[in-house]
Amino acid sequence: MFTPKSIAIVALLVCTGAAQADGPRLGKAVSAEELTLWDSSVMPDGSGLPTGSGTAAQGAQIYAQKCTACHGEKGVGGSASALITRGPITSINGGEKTIGNFWPYASTLFDYIRRAMPWQQPKSLSNDEVYALTAYLLALNKVVDEGAVLNATAMKQIKMPNRDGFILRFPDRI
Amino acid sequence: MRHRLKNIAQGSLTPVAGNGLLDRRTFLRSGAAVAATLGGYGAAGNAAAEVFAHDAWSLMPGAITRPYEQPSRFEEKVVRTLTNPKGETRVQNARTPLHLLNGTITPAGQHFVVAQSGAPDIDPAKHRIAIHGLVKQPLVFTLDALARYPMVTRTTFIECGGNSAPLFSPTPMQANLQALHGLVSCAEWTGVLLSTLLEETGIDPRAKWLIAEGADAPTLTRSVPLKKALDDTMIALYQNGERLMPANGYPARLLLPGWEGNMSIKWLRRLKLTDAPGMTFPETKTYTQLLPNGKAYQFYFVQEVKSFITQPSPDLKMSGPGLYEISGLAFSGDGRITRVMVSADGGKSWAQAALQEPVLDKSFTRFRLPWRWNGGPAILQSRAWDDKGNVQPTRAEFVAQRGELKAPLSLAAFPNQHFNAITSWGIDANGEIKHVYA
Repeated sequence: MFTPKSIAIVALLVCTGAAQADGPRLGKAVSAEELTLWDSSVMPDGSGLPTGSGTAAQGAQIYAQKCTACHGEKGVGGSASALITRGPITSINGGEKTIGNFWPYASTLFDYIRRAMPWQQPKSLSNDEVYALTAYLLALNKVVDEGAVLNATAMKQIKMPNRDGFILRFPDRI
Repeated sequence: MRHRLKNIAQGSLTPVAGNGLLDRRTFLRSGAAVAATLGGYGAAGNAAAEVFAHDAWSLMPGAITRPYEQPSRFEEKVVRTLTNPKGETRVQNARTPLHLLNGTITPAGQHFVVAQSGAPDIDPAKHRIAIHGLVKQPLVFTLDALARYPMVTRTTFIECGGNSAPLFSPTPMQANLQALHGLVSCAEWTGVLLSTLLEETGIDPRAKWLIAEGADAPTLTRSVPLKKALDDTMIALYQNGERLMPANGYPARLLLPGWEGNMSIKWLRRLKLTDAPGMTFPETKTYTQLLPNGKAYQFYFVQEVKSFITQPSPDLKMSGPGLYEISGLAFSGDGRITRVMVSADGGKSWAQAALQEPVLDKSFTRFRLPWRWNGGPAILQSRAWDDKGNVQPTRAEFVAQRGELKAPLSLAAFPNQHFNAITSWGIDANGEIKHVYA
């Protein structure tokens, strides 16, 4: 039996369908190849990591050239955020959130360096350089060994110390 | 009619809450009659009669109208405050002078800004917005194309997740409203609903999030639940009727009404539908809130119900005992404001403020309440409720749950997030107004 409300809903659905068929349809089809440079997102499961590799030693050299001006020598003492942990965060007064004591995923480090750094020349680093800087910063934070070689496979093995330090504020909104 | 006026006038003489708060309907209904009864605002008195001379500006032609009008030169101090006016290499914050504005709409040039690395100089003819990932047909839209889509207009506030962070400090930081709460603004936005465009791309059933990306230097990214994207999320193209200001995202920004400002990605160039959040830099570091046990809230999303008194407030000195209108702003990222209560005695007693219509969903709501200041000490507070049953916490309630810092924060920084408790303004016998905890 059709109530006035259900009739209204059916009418609405029909209208929506018609509008969709008649929509402007002005979007142009785009391929994954065309979006290769834009689509640099690296996901926490490691998907999106490119080919390439780098070592902490290589990263130290790049860091000295391109990062110390803002982040200080060895990741502390610069005008920008400290990159090296001074210890775990145990309270709201726990000090600065850094890679070693706070960041839950190593993928974020790779993703953000590649898209945003260095500040004055973002997106100027090669994938090998990004792997090397990631290795250097993770080694300084004692998340990986100093001799570690980072590539897509190695990145996926890393579990950050504060991986479980987060609480969803509004899980019902997801 | 006369009878009613008289009753209201008599009622208005009796404060409805401690320290001189008057009925919110006092002026709305009876206006001048009551003002006359109470002696009106200020101290007009009966000074010797003066013959008004013509002022200089009445004796000559005025200025030529400009193509784009600017405020009067007498308003030159009503501007945003900047954290790095010389372009220092760090995040740029511009705070809205809420204590010097009125109404509910923030002028576009006064809208707050947090820009990670400045505003890009985007040529709209070359700008594109790609929608890809877990969609049936990846599409790219030009601005010319978007101009032909059905548009919607809505008023909504945007608030930085770090707004009000100084109130995490253990002692009340002495600063004005602009410094304490100036990272929130409200505008009328016009654009295309994201759901309209997603109808054309189609959505893969596995999609649960989208990663939104800006075209600025750090190509900032945030993850947005698809649920919100299909609800009221818009690609905004116009701000208060004109194209977006460059620092507010020209020529297109994502707009998530009621949610943490950083998620409304400016200079929008890409939306990638995914089955999981990207765990991007801002959402895993900056916009996470440390809790007393060292854990952190993540994906806070909602800017919870908040209010504060804009006038009187620090920097606005009282001009002698008498009648004032307490005025302020209330807003909730969850819905409409239903009630604002005001106290003049530090929360001992409360009176309900009048809400200026229209009261809109997820928008600034202006509240007002007449107050007769007796010239003695007073502590002004406001507290808001929304239509989802949320109530603004007292500072004590907030701190009990969320903690407090051991040392004051820098006013420029906001390592702490989502403070929405009551703000208190203390007024002394000299009419000086200070930020206090009460």
